[in-house]
Amino acid sequence: MSLKHDIEFTLNGVKRRVAVDVTMNTLAMLRDVIGLTGTKYGCGEGECGACTIQVDGASLNSCLMFAVDCDGRNVTTIEGLANDGRADALLDAFVEHGAVQCGFCTPGMVMQADHVLHKHPRPDEACVKRGIEGNLCRCTGYKKIVDAIVAADGA
Amino acid sequence: MTELKHYFAPTSLDQAVECLKDGDVTILAGGTDLTPQSQAGRVKIKHTLMNVRHIPQLSGITLEGREIRIGALATITEIMEHPLVKEHLPVLVEACDHFASDQIRNAGTIGGNICNASPAGDTLIPLLVLNASVELASMPEAKLYRHSMPLSTFFVGPGKTRKSLCELVTCVRIPVPAENHVARFYKHGTRPALDISTISIGVAGTLKDGVMSNVRVAFGAVAPTPVRASQTEQALEGQRLDAATIDKVAAVARDEVKPIDDVRATAWYRKEMIHNITKRILSHVAQA
Repeated sequence: MSLKHDIEFTLNGVKRRVAVDVTMNTLAMLRDVIGLTGTKYGCGEGECGACTIQVDGASLNSCLMFAVDCDGRNVTTIEGLANDGRADALLDAFVEHGAVQCGFCTPGMVMQADHVLHKHPRPDEACVKRGIEGNLCRCTGYKKIVDAIVAADGA
Repeated sequence: MTELKHYFAPTSLDQAVECLKDGDVTILAGGTDLTPQSQAGRVKIKHTLMNVRHIPQLSGITLEGREIRIGALATITEIMEHPLVKEHLPVLVEACDHFASDQIRNAGTIGGNICNASPAGDTLIPLLVLNASVELASMPEAKLYRHSMPLSTFFVGPGKTRKSLCELVTCVRIPVPAENHVARFYKHGTRPALDISTISIGVAGTLKDGVMSNVRVAFGAVAPTPVRASQTEQALEGQRLDAATIDKVAAVARDEVKPIDDVRATAWYRKEMIHNITKRILSHVAQA
């Protein structure tokens, strides 16, 4: 029997109470317990960034975070970002620049891009490249992704 | 070993060290090492998983006398963006800037990087050449007890430190560098992001009238722990940084390290890199 623990946190602006396995990571909680599958499982060890979410305003890999550590914190996933209007310019820019190929890296890429734009308003190309170095795109469509993020802020 | 039976998130240092008394506790901070290690089965979580995030005494970056205190929970991002660190410890900022990725820097803590004790840990090399010490807290009797240990004596092997099972790292303390202090860090890997160092080098000292003194040199990923290089330090101490000295010191460095072959590089390559990069760093210092 695995040990469970009750946690309470804000998920995409809404308070949630969840019972989670103590050893479960946040990615598994989001996908398998809560059912939000926008956050993707890529490598499971922090190399690919597909599982990027924001916690208390900072981007991080949900696969490297214990779910119990969400307790009392403010968590935003791609579903939250898509719904709250804050990232509309960024989402539009991804579409306009053709920055989505297979789309698997896109949720993580957008979450990280939103964080980069928040920290560095009007970033240049180099700043964006540094910002998304923890996100892999297996289609290798980096040029369009970088263009989209740079353009999003000027939009 | 017992199975995980208890999760605990203390809100004070006293509660935390009391919990550590029985020694059967796995400590969770940022989770960036513990998550993959525990899920791959390399680390087994003990009877109690203790999340130290909510302990205020482990946070913050402050100037205390002539020392900068960095709380164990400070994330790599917090450290590299903090005005005190930027002003006094630019070499630490540089190492943090080469640390993993933004996502991992936002989550990973300095206390975790130290306790994970990787031979290639990115912050450990600058901390060693900055003469950092680690503060440990425990509760041997009924009272909180703290003591400090130089970081240079803290590591004993890959993933192994002199911290006992009943102790918690509360902070690192770094003396504010004196005038004419110079420090450099170089990390060599195949790509800038998310790479475990093939080798890393830190050099620090006082440079006055072209002469290096109070020299500290540390190497990463060439031994079972991050190491100070005493022979290299001696070869450089009190010397004028001219071409002959730099050549000699780089050769001593190459002969001093005893790396191994592994997936990232051969021992031969590591020795060559130690030689070449030591030479490059010292040439840059001499020209600066």
